Amino acid sequence: MNPTNNQNQGRAWAFIAGGLGGLVVWWWVYGRLAGFADWLVFTVLGLPQESHLARALEFFVYETPKVLMLLTLVVFGVGIIRTFFTPERTRAILQGKRESVGNVLAALLGIVTPFCSCSAVPLFIGFVTTGVPLGVTFSFLISAPMVNEVALVLLFGLFGWKVAALYLGTGLFIAIIAGWVIGRLRLERHVEEWVYATKPGAAMEADTLDWPMRLRLGVEAVRDIVGKVWIYVLLGIAVGAGIHGYVPENFMAAIMGKDAWWSVPFAVVLGVPMYSNAAGIIPIVQALLGKGAALGTVLAFMMSVIALSLPEAIILRKVLKPRLIVTFFGIVAAGIMVVGCLFNALL
Amino acid sequence: MKKIQILGTGCAKCQQLTANAETAAKQLGVSFEIVKIKEIPEIMKFGVMSTPALAVDGVIKSQGRLLTPEQIKPLLA
Repeated sequence: MNPTNNQNQGRAWAFIAGGLGGLVVWWWVYGRLAGFADWLVFTVLGLPQESHLARALEFFVYETPKVLMLLTLVVFGVGIIRTFFTPERTRAILQGKRESVGNVLAALLGIVTPFCSCSAVPLFIGFVTTGVPLGVTFSFLISAPMVNEVALVLLFGLFGWKVAALYLGTGLFIAIIAGWVIGRLRLERHVEEWVYATKPGAAMEADTLDWPMRLRLGVEAVRDIVGKVWIYVLLGIAVGAGIHGYVPENFMAAIMGKDAWWSVPFAVVLGVPMYSNAAGIIPIVQALLGKGAALGTVLAFMMSVIALSLPEAIILRKVLKPRLIVTFFGIVAAGIMVVGCLFNALL
Repeated sequence: MKKIQILGTGCAKCQQLTANAETAAKQLGVSFEIVKIKEIPEIMKFGVMSTPALAVDGVIKSQGRLLTPEQIKPLLA
């Protein structure tokens, strides 16, 4: 073994040791957050146990570091997982896959493959011109933005694992079904002609990354994503704290409650053209739920905001003819409505 | 003369990458030209699926990442 290899291996071990150490510290701090919030609000500030202000403040002091710590850990973990799934590798897995199996795989890979809506067009062309079926490509394109790790963490942190699991499961379900339906409809002729005429160059040989590099990419993901969304998280928790401390007014119950049958379609129609990142929508979700809106309605609103948007339609217009865009948006919106109504009916 | 090519349809990240590549090349003191490749069929010819991507003399060096000037320097050497 040559010296550089030895050195690299030494560095890799140092990284792993550092990572494990960091995890232990993380766990230790995380476990003490509730005690700290309690101590700060009731002992240091000496606020009375029953006051609204104290309860709101305790919620905020506890939830903020909790959610930010969870977010950092998950974004870091997902950032590392994503170094194993390049779009090229995902494409290789999906090439020539039959529908149904392909739709399920594509929806799952949509979660772990790095994806930015600004690359939706090159990715779409790169997929459909090299043998990934159109419907399978759509399953990927739906799941990648909709099933989002930031949203998952925030839902888990603020509303518990059941809501987070519902979001994950139904998001995947919609991506699989909508992609499958689009595949069945045989809409290939509604893709702009030049797309299929494009001859993409050979994909770059994915260089094999070493662990220090993967960890560095994980850190980069944290800096990039947490650096961008922390302000929305803070806002969301502040809204939540306000609701938590003071009595909910339930004024949303009339228009977005369970009893209003049209609340889910209304939420989806409102949410589809809107564009926001997953974190930006959480303060609104907090406010709506706190004011008595039904869970299915709010989930439908959130999904339609992050899955579909007017800017996305404009970007995709470059490669899709209007009829396919309308079909795509229509099927996904319908899927979200069904999920929303189902929740309101079952829960 | 290094030909630095930035592939992307003009999003904020592409512009930042262009600026970073320029900084890196200037700090290295190499002679260079920056070419922005914005047309999708052109981008596809490089086999790139995530933008922004960076190519030097026609060879893709990085894709889907916004590199800092420090990270770009070794790619120009």
